[in-house]
Amino acid sequence: MSDISYNTNIHEGEAGFGDYFALLKPRVMSLVVFTAFVGLMAAPVGVHPLVGFASILFIAVGGGASGALNMWWDADIDAVMRRTRNRPIPSGKIEAGEALALGLALAAISVVMLGLASNVYAGAFLAFTIFFYVVVYSMWLKRSTPHNIVIGGAAGAFPPAIGWVAATGSLTVEPLLMFALIFIWTPPHFWALALFMRSDYDDAGVPMLTVTHGRRATRVHILAYTALLAVLSLGAAFSGLGGPVYLAVAVVMNLLFLRGAVKIWRRDEVASEADDFAVERKFFKLSLLYLFAHFSAIMVEALLQPYGLGGWG
Amino acid sequence: MSIKTTHDLHRRRFTRNVGVGLLLAAFIVLIFGLTVVKVTSTGFMMPSSVASE
Repeated sequence: MSDISYNTNIHEGEAGFGDYFALLKPRVMSLVVFTAFVGLMAAPVGVHPLVGFASILFIAVGGGASGALNMWWDADIDAVMRRTRNRPIPSGKIEAGEALALGLALAAISVVMLGLASNVYAGAFLAFTIFFYVVVYSMWLKRSTPHNIVIGGAAGAFPPAIGWVAATGSLTVEPLLMFALIFIWTPPHFWALALFMRSDYDDAGVPMLTVTHGRRATRVHILAYTALLAVLSLGAAFSGLGGPVYLAVAVVMNLLFLRGAVKIWRRDEVASEADDFAVERKFFKLSLLYLFAHFSAIMVEALLQPYGLGGWG
Repeated sequence: MSIKTTHDLHRRRFTRNVGVGLLLAAFIVLIFGLTVVKVTSTGFMMPSSVASE
């Protein structure tokens, strides 16, 4: 027998730990962690720090499982779009079957563990969220209707409500308002992305609004949803979530966001292409800051409560 | 005599094994911590079958 042996188990595409982590969509997961944390903190119930930590962790794992299952299902689309072609499956680092197995395993672990760590309602809510994102959004809506982002956005809007339910075991108007904030915020956020990613969704055959109704209609829709979001955001200032800090943040952020939406609405394609969609790109970045600022303000109001400063007294 | 050269594939496999190992260890610590918190909380009740023994 020769000293030189050939290990047939090694193949070029063998993935490292980071590739599997990338399968969980860490950037989306960071939004899930942040909003679920705010939901948990805003709840009017004390939670043991370790139970709170475990709850947020398993909500994040559930979000990661959704990401892996989405990448398994959408591998064909991801391979076509510039933005997603370097993801682990289209780049050949991880096989689709592995992503499916990892997604299903993490989904089961996260649901059971959240149920055990907090309460059964939170576990069931997380299971429904994963089902909604994978089956309702990825498998059904994404390829069949231009409203994919509108309805599918609900999946990304559930985490703060799950955080609230993990703390309280019940659903009230406050978590529904946090849900509504993300739900109405999602369409203008993604439509701005669709405007400056131009041919990506065309090439992949995904019926985004830009493809089915045209870019002019998308600009109008962005303005309409932004106006609706402003009403909701300012209205929430006078609910149990709000207070002076939240109101100040909401006024500033909605003025900026509305100004951006009006700019997008007034532009045509010639002007946009002349500056490589600078306004649309700026609006997309602002949308991230918009959501972060709102949920930070909700958390500040909750943190001030014990000192008699949060809310409207 | 074995081959000493480490290929990038070996490095990737190593990071994966270490990652999984650390995750499992962290999971065990978390479960243990949660158990302690649940058992020592004021609302904890022994299952009736155990309590009657």
